[in-house]
Amino acid sequence: MAQVTNIRTVSGGRESAAAEVMERKRANFVLWIVNAAIIVGLVLPLVPLLIWSFSKTWFWPSLLPQTWSTRAWQYVASDTSQVPSALGLTVFVGVVVTVVSVIIGLPAGRALGLNKFRGKILVEFLILAPTIVPGLAVAMGIQVAFIKYGLADTLLGVILVHLIPTLPYVVLVLAGLFANYNPEYEQQARTLGAGPVRTFWHVTLPAIFPGLMAAALFAFLVSWSQYVLTVLIGGGAVITLPVLLFSFAGGGDNAITGALSIVYIAPAILILILTSRSLTGENAALGGIGKK
Amino acid sequence: MKESVVIKDDAWRERLKLVLMLAPALLVIFLLFGGGLLLGLLQSFNYMPIIGLNNPNLDAYKSILSDSEFLLGFALTFYIAFTSTFISMILAIGIALVLRHPFRGKRFMNFLFQLNLPIPHIVGAVGILFLFAQSGFLARIAQSAHAIHQPSDFPAVIYDSWAIGIILEYIWKEVPFLGVIAIANLQSLGEDYEALAQTLGANLWQRFRHVTLPLLMPGLLPASIIVFAFCFGAFEIPYLLGSTYPSTLPVLAYRSYSNIDLNARPEAMAMSMVIALLVIALIFLYMVASRRWLRSD
Repeated sequence: MAQVTNIRTVSGGRESAAAEVMERKRANFVLWIVNAAIIVGLVLPLVPLLIWSFSKTWFWPSLLPQTWSTRAWQYVASDTSQVPSALGLTVFVGVVVTVVSVIIGLPAGRALGLNKFRGKILVEFLILAPTIVPGLAVAMGIQVAFIKYGLADTLLGVILVHLIPTLPYVVLVLAGLFANYNPEYEQQARTLGAGPVRTFWHVTLPAIFPGLMAAALFAFLVSWSQYVLTVLIGGGAVITLPVLLFSFAGGGDNAITGALSIVYIAPAILILILTSRSLTGENAALGGIGKK
Repeated sequence: MKESVVIKDDAWRERLKLVLMLAPALLVIFLLFGGGLLLGLLQSFNYMPIIGLNNPNLDAYKSILSDSEFLLGFALTFYIAFTSTFISMILAIGIALVLRHPFRGKRFMNFLFQLNLPIPHIVGAVGILFLFAQSGFLARIAQSAHAIHQPSDFPAVIYDSWAIGIILEYIWKEVPFLGVIAIANLQSLGEDYEALAQTLGANLWQRFRHVTLPLLMPGLLPASIIVFAFCFGAFEIPYLLGSTYPSTLPVLAYRSYSNIDLNARPEAMAMSMVIALLVIALIFLYMVASRRWLRSD
């Protein structure tokens, strides 16, 4: 790098120094414009949601509501609406799905990350496939079996079907983690007399903990944003937040739709803020590995 | 002699351990994912005795392939997925090229850029609806700037047959996804090659076209395939923002599936199998692309 810069300065000369200042000014201007466009583009679709959630009457063509109200928020928080129970249910499903995915995914991720074996590419393909094949196709097909075994319209059925998209993410994230992991420390702990449980607890777990947390958060967010799987397998019986939001979004009450949208994205943004210290900056782990 | 037996024994034990570690995850994926696809496939062939489909045939495929609504839906879905992916990729590359250098507030921009990654698509769809509807937020801004007089003057981009609202939602969600990957790739590549090309006399466009882009694509192509596959198979967004005719394939499949007439069931399954087949073909592409990338490393 230093060498390259040297070449440039030598070949440059005085007149190109002025040109370089001009170019830097122009680059700064472009940077400023692009940053402004990103901020506007990313935030703008969320602004009307917030305004609508506090509106009472907001007729055309007024830029802001004529009258404001907290009706939508009172409704969202009230026990008579299904929102608090849907929120609890969505969290519950997400937590159970995450725990199960991590327990099942940890050994598989380790096996894939640390070993080369025949047929590995096939195993990787099988694990990758559910993250890309649309849930609609899978859920429509499997519903007959779920009805037969009494899993349709049940919480257990929804939890099982959420494993289809979450488990692959956990395995893939952990496989990436274990690819850079040195198992020799475990060997040393074992030679020093630690049993398998103590070795896992005091050697393996601390080493993989940050990545394991990222995988778990991923799994939770993937479960959190499922709509099609929940509605096809849960029928009308398992009402999670996206199911509620979807019916309000088609129903026309913009105030409640807006408030519900904000309730629905709050945990996702909270998780991002809490993890931003370790995940922002140069590290693109949260977005770099896979897809929702 | 004895030693080699021990080694062989060890190798077997290692192999068994590997199988046992992979088994639970593969079992879940086989049963739920594989099972779901297999049952869908059987139903698309009109075979599922427990719901009264006893007569295996190809009628569902014949029927959808001669149905203009399905063919139009296929074209629409492909167009939406392709346009969304292509525009998202161009924007992501452009943004990544600008944001790769250090500047004040970069941490904040990176954070903001990642902000909408965990936001569910349904919320994005509602946001686009409130923003771009003909009496939506932008139309109100346009009216107060005297650019339009009434809602119908504002271009119809929601429920329109060009699916602009759907494409806007995908772009909103996918530009940050692809952008984060592009920035990470650019940062790990460094600028040495571009600087070298510059000393050799390459101008800005030549440097981008022949140096940066070829280095960036191996990382970005697999991600773009994921984006395309998602846009092709997603249901919620076209259902909320799309026109009723033509409809995208997932919406058509869901509509046939919800039909009380059980005869529509095989057709719904055939449509979902077409979606799945196309996407599975794309995963093969993805694997090839990512393997070539690994090899060239």
